[in-house]
Amino acid sequence: MSSGRVLLEARDLHVHLGESHILQGVSLVVREGGITGLLGRNGAGKTTTLRGMLGLVPRTGSVTLDGEELIGLPVHEVVRRGIGYVPEDRDVFASLTVAENLRLAERPGSALRYDLVYELFPEIKTRAAQKAGTLSGGQQQMLALSRALLNAGNRVLLIDEPTKGLAPLVVKHVADVLQRAAEVATILLVEQNLSVAHRLVRDVIVLDQGRVAYTGNVDALMGDAALARQYLGLAAVARGH
Amino acid sequence: MATVVLLTVTGLGLGALYFLIASGLSLIWGLMRVLNFAHGAFFTIASYAAWTAGEALAGIPSLPLRWLAGLVAGVVAGALVAALTEVVLIRPLYRQQIGQVLVTVGLALAAVALVEGGFGSDPKQLALPAWMTATTTILGASIPNTRVLVIVVALAVLGVLLLFLQHTRYGLIVRAGVENRAMVSALGIDVERAFTLVFAIGGAAAGLAGVLGGAYYGTIDPVRGTALLIFAFIVVMIGGLGSITGSAIAAAVVGLLQQFLNFYAATGSGDFAVVLLLAGVLLVRPGGVAGSIT
Repeated sequence: MSSGRVLLEARDLHVHLGESHILQGVSLVVREGGITGLLGRNGAGKTTTLRGMLGLVPRTGSVTLDGEELIGLPVHEVVRRGIGYVPEDRDVFASLTVAENLRLAERPGSALRYDLVYELFPEIKTRAAQKAGTLSGGQQQMLALSRALLNAGNRVLLIDEPTKGLAPLVVKHVADVLQRAAEVATILLVEQNLSVAHRLVRDVIVLDQGRVAYTGNVDALMGDAALARQYLGLAAVARGH
Repeated sequence: MATVVLLTVTGLGLGALYFLIASGLSLIWGLMRVLNFAHGAFFTIASYAAWTAGEALAGIPSLPLRWLAGLVAGVVAGALVAALTEVVLIRPLYRQQIGQVLVTVGLALAAVALVEGGFGSDPKQLALPAWMTATTTILGASIPNTRVLVIVVALAVLGVLLLFLQHTRYGLIVRAGVENRAMVSALGIDVERAFTLVFAIGGAAAGLAGVLGGAYYGTIDPVRGTALLIFAFIVVMIGGLGSITGSAIAAAVVGLLQQFLNFYAATGSGDFAVVLLLAGVLLVRPGGVAGSIT
């Protein structure tokens, strides 16, 4: 559960991609513990916010982790400060085996949580020698989550649409895993599946056209049909409830 | 029969030189998406470093020792110049492919001019141990020992590179980086360090080719690296950008094709056939024999 202490913070974050001004001064805080949801319609800038925080896209503004400024650091140094990342498309290394994908994620000096990974995803252990490219979408998602969970030094996990394109049973499993992961790390979760988001998230940040449009409690957002419809879309609200 | 054996070994020897240059090119392209036109300069600089070392040690009567010292000097020079090239010239130009092409072409031209200015444009002979100037009879063919040496060294380099790629952490980083460089960084890995290492490995292999090329051809000159680079690029494209094994297979095919056609058909027809082979491979498998379009 959230301690109330700010762990990750973005202030006036701007991202330009080509001619497009994708993030237009995003400011948000992620409190330590639990799962904070980053919601919004398609194209609102959710994925770019995560990538901007990591430095995977050029950005200006300020991003701090536990008070330490991250802007100006190369991506690998940002990550080494204790941030795990699960990208939207999983981005497992298809030509490497499952075990090699995990070995690559091992960070020198960080305690490793193989026990936790194998407990949450027994298949990851049994498929260790299998090429990641031959895994199903759900298995690839498990591998991507495993990579982020592996290092005990990861204090924050940035997780981008982990249930996207997965079968309902797998979605439930992933949601269970996220709940468990939140016991060992703080999570900033981008999620389009509102029922999953509603179940997991307490604090919520809604982006709209590259700006923060709403910050508050998820129940308050979901409880206000007009507000939810305005920021998340009618169809999405209907699916979520 | 003897002619076929001689052409086969000579073709494989030529292919071995191509492979030593192409392996570095392939790794550099695969990981960094850099078309390194300066790779031939590493070959040239290494061959002259070996010659300089051999001259500096002229007082030592043992030719094998002098040659080995030259070999070490060449490999080290190739690796150092390559690493320096990556850090000073390539690193500021990542994501600027036109800039990379211009700077590596410029370095290639400048290196040849510098070598010509410092050593002259006439070919020079490396001092070779007696064994290297001798021949061995295989199936009735008198095979120059240097051909065998180049082939054995290239096979050893292929083995070492495969071991490096399959069984070391940096090899793992390189293989992953070939697929998705950004995600490797997002795992907390300093990819730029891997870039420098790959450049240094490529430079060392090209340096080895530079020294062995001096033995294979009997002389060194300032422009041979550039001439061989063209065929090394063809080898990399046929083999599949980023594939070491593909480069090894393609290098052998290209070397054999050149030797046999240049001997049995018209001189120069082998080179033409290699270009036709490249066109055919690109039409049928645009990613090369061991690669895919990515």
